[in-house]
Amino acid sequence: MSLIDSLPRLRSVRAPRADALVPWIVPLAIILAWQAASAAGLVPARVLPAPSDVVLAGWKLLRSGELERNIWVSFWRASTGLVIGGGIGFAFGLVNGLSTLSGRLTDTTLQMVRNVPHLALIPLVILWFGIDETAKLFLVALGVFFPIYLNTLHGIRTVDPQLIEMGRIYGMSNGELFRRVIFPGALPSIFVGIRFALGIMWLTLIVAETIAASSGLGYMAMQAREFMLIDVVVLSILIYALLGKFADSASRALERLTLSWHPAYRKH
Amino acid sequence: MQEALRFRAPHAEPVSAPDFVEQARLWRRTANVPRGLPLTIRALRKSFGDNEVLRGIDLQIPAGQFVAIVGRSGCGKSTLLRLMAGLETADAGTISFGEDARPQDVRVMFQEPRLLPWARALSNVEVGLGCERRSRDAQARAEKALTEVGLGDKRSAWPTVLSGGQKQRVALARALVSDPRVLAFDEPLGALDALTRISMQRLLERVWSDQGFTAILVTHDVSEAVALADRVLVIDDGRIAHDIDIDIRRPRRRGSADLAALEGSILRELLRAGEDKLEG
Repeated sequence: MSLIDSLPRLRSVRAPRADALVPWIVPLAIILAWQAASAAGLVPARVLPAPSDVVLAGWKLLRSGELERNIWVSFWRASTGLVIGGGIGFAFGLVNGLSTLSGRLTDTTLQMVRNVPHLALIPLVILWFGIDETAKLFLVALGVFFPIYLNTLHGIRTVDPQLIEMGRIYGMSNGELFRRVIFPGALPSIFVGIRFALGIMWLTLIVAETIAASSGLGYMAMQAREFMLIDVVVLSILIYALLGKFADSASRALERLTLSWHPAYRKH
Repeated sequence: MQEALRFRAPHAEPVSAPDFVEQARLWRRTANVPRGLPLTIRALRKSFGDNEVLRGIDLQIPAGQFVAIVGRSGCGKSTLLRLMAGLETADAGTISFGEDARPQDVRVMFQEPRLLPWARALSNVEVGLGCERRSRDAQARAEKALTEVGLGDKRSAWPTVLSGGQKQRVALARALVSDPRVLAFDEPLGALDALTRISMQRLLERVWSDQGFTAILVTHDVSEAVALADRVLVIDDGRIAHDIDIDIRRPRRRGSADLAALEGSILRELLRAGEDKLEG
């Protein structure tokens, strides 16, 4: 116990700022090695352009405003789809977790739909919505629905029944019981769902944009491929990595903020 | 207070702190009308499926009495307590706390502290106020209850950082904060180590004598029952097998000869009942 307690504390006392840089050592080293290999001519520029060329391509796109516009469009689609699909998933998880009747009525259907890969619906979605915004939002919302639904349901079903009994003894109304006992108890599980959903969100969006879009990062990468602009293709891939990391960090920050009572999330 | 005493007897030894506490307690006890509620149980029966757990319990507990219920595991003692606390419904028979009893007058403390892990100690105690937790003095009352169990400095601690004994004390403060008139304990100290258990027993005895509620303690620890209770009920096979008054003056000395003798005779009864069951 004392050893486990002391480990993180020792680390944060030593050098908190240097500590925050540790996770970035490996990506930085890879980029440096890549740059060196390109400069030495080990990697032909037609296969993989040097990082400096990618940065240059990014700078050009940034100055023309194209990069900013495409990132913004993709970000908007991703977050709107997440809010819609996540909201519906959360609502279903809530209702099915709290009501046995509703759970029995809809859970089997939802499990069947869940096992259909949602990307398999792309042809159907294009027939329905064309390459409209609705098509992308529909796919993202469908993709993020299931992880959030399943984890909300699981979180609510696994709230300690002893705590619920305690709440009832102390005269909590149903609303209070939900707000003070059930929801906080389900929250760690809901966050697991959100983090799964974030991964699926980017995946779905990029695939959808690659196949059926006239703007966005996926579209930008496809356009670049048409014109053999390999530096822009690599740039798009790097931006996906950064956006994914950004989304993950945001959800982690939210977890730390709301789960400060939880030993696993406590700051040392 | 100390000043006043010195004025009366300037050469006397200063009275030690524990005596002060004792005097204050006695004063409070005599000044207050007993706050406990009497409990009357008639022909109480309860089955779970084919298993008849309680087979006709008749019991009369006067207001403010400290009653311990002991018995082998599975004898129905916890079911009896859950029925008294309104956590189960009886198949037959009645339980009555008198006419002016309100639901918040009866509180339960379990073997597990059952604290909300996402609420700090003080908010956990505020939960105990029930529907009064929105009132303006809620926080002050919760702080007072926490101080009473000796955790005044832990008000903003998360339950996960508290020790087992401290968690159980927060649970006690939560049960006490609404000034209950009946407090039911279901093996509240079962999960604690021996030393913590003894200090918790003293705490229970102190708050009981301070506040004068009717205390019902379910325990498998006969020495605990004998040390704390005015009266010990032995439950066997769904019935009250023995009803023993403990007429030993408080404060009781743990390990004294008369306590040990009582404990020994109750244990013998329990063992004999168990052996009968094995042979039958």
